[in-house]
Amino acid sequence: MLEMRLYLAQRISAAILAPLVLMHLGLMIYAIQGGLDAGEILGRTRGSFFWGSSYSLFVVAVAVHATIGLRNILREWLQWRGPLLHWFSWLCLAGLLFAGLRAVAAVVLP
Amino acid sequence: MLMDSPAATSSTATIAVSVWRGDARHGSFQRFQVPQQPSQTILDVVTWIQRYADPGLSYRFACRVGMCGSCAMMVNGIARWTCRTHVNKVLRDNQLTIEPLRNMPIIKDLACDMSEFFDKWNQAMGRFEGTTRRDQPVSTLSPNSPQRRLADAATECINCGICYASCDVVRWNRDYLGPAALNRAWSLQNDERDCAGDKRLQAVAGDAGCHQCHAQQGCATYCPNELNPTASIAGLKRMASQAWFNKKLGKRDA
Amino acid sequence: MKAHRKQPLYLAFLLHRVSGLGLVLFLPFHFYVLALSLQGNEKLDSFLHWSQLPQVKFAETGLVFLLAIHLLGGLRLLALENLPWSNAQKNYAAIALASAFFVALGFLLRAF
Repeated sequence: MLEMRLYLAQRISAAILAPLVLMHLGLMIYAIQGGLDAGEILGRTRGSFFWGSSYSLFVVAVAVHATIGLRNILREWLQWRGPLLHWFSWLCLAGLLFAGLRAVAAVVLP
Repeated sequence: MLMDSPAATSSTATIAVSVWRGDARHGSFQRFQVPQQPSQTILDVVTWIQRYADPGLSYRFACRVGMCGSCAMMVNGIARWTCRTHVNKVLRDNQLTIEPLRNMPIIKDLACDMSEFFDKWNQAMGRFEGTTRRDQPVSTLSPNSPQRRLADAATECINCGICYASCDVVRWNRDYLGPAALNRAWSLQNDERDCAGDKRLQAVAGDAGCHQCHAQQGCATYCPNELNPTASIAGLKRMASQAWFNKKLGKRDA
Repeated sequence: MKAHRKQPLYLAFLLHRVSGLGLVLFLPFHFYVLALSLQGNEKLDSFLHWSQLPQVKFAETGLVFLLAIHLLGGLRLLALENLPWSNAQKNYAAIALASAFFVALGFLLRAF
């Protein structure tokens, strides 16, 4: 029942992502006016528990969601199977988690 | 022996028809010039070719009145019942391309091997399993109960294979049970006389089952009986999720 | 495009998949840029300075569109799979597409 587990993980991560993506889109539209400035951004994110926790959750959910989505594409459009598909998926998950949490840490940790 | 063809005068318009000949590995399109006739259907065109141009053309049909689904073929890239498709509705630049149904192995010319289609019907447990015997009273069902309405909405499938040929998930995933089998499973899940619901849900929630559907609705777009397997599959997804969280679904594929 | 795919809900699927693919390919770059701040504000600022170029702002608008259409299309799918069936799928897909355009337009107008 692997595909069912992945389906559920995909949909649950989607439900978690929905409000976070809305927040992110709102933030981008708000912040883009007048251009982006590192000082402005980091001034708000550094030391913020709120931004740290919401974007960490965002990263975990997106790592799961994007990996499963990409896996579907590789399976259906490139016909990847077996160990190739399996190990690439884990690599993708690990890569997104690592790079994502590192990025959150970079902007949040004081 | 070729029959005498109907007299074609110089004023009879003809259609250029490309027909797939051969099987999937060795084959090509063969072109015929077929006389146009009033109210002509694609099946009429195929029949004309077999009677007057090449008796070796292989194709399937039975009722020729849109009830059996045997004559389903790809017409200009769309799966259709050829007996119910008028030439003048689908003609493009006076050309027709006729091929066997997609996603199934080709036996010869316009006839494909539907074994996998029916095998998947069985894998999805698309068969009714009841509890009563013939010496017991007939079940009384209300046709208006919500469940019966759901079962009835999905029940008219005649296994023509058009949805299967129109589904890109079938194309990309050869194990996928497909719209027809899953649609039947959904109809049976809503039949209150059926007792195999748990086993059937396990069968359709496996790796090749309902969760593979991407809701492209090719099936619903092209089903000549106006069924909607996507809707049925969405129902199966809901049932499976509920069963999963109620710990009623086994962790292994059926 | 194959004839049988020229119908609205296949296109909705394709848009959803392509937008997801675009986003997942963008993510590593996005995470890399944010992590530049590990090397100090100036590193991040020099990238943000480059991103003032009009072409970059258009590209960012494109990304906002991808995210918005993927979100809205995804909400349609979550509804399709968890709520009672609605026959208005084509309508919802059209609303999702139109809304995503407006979101992207909102971003574009504020970016310039």
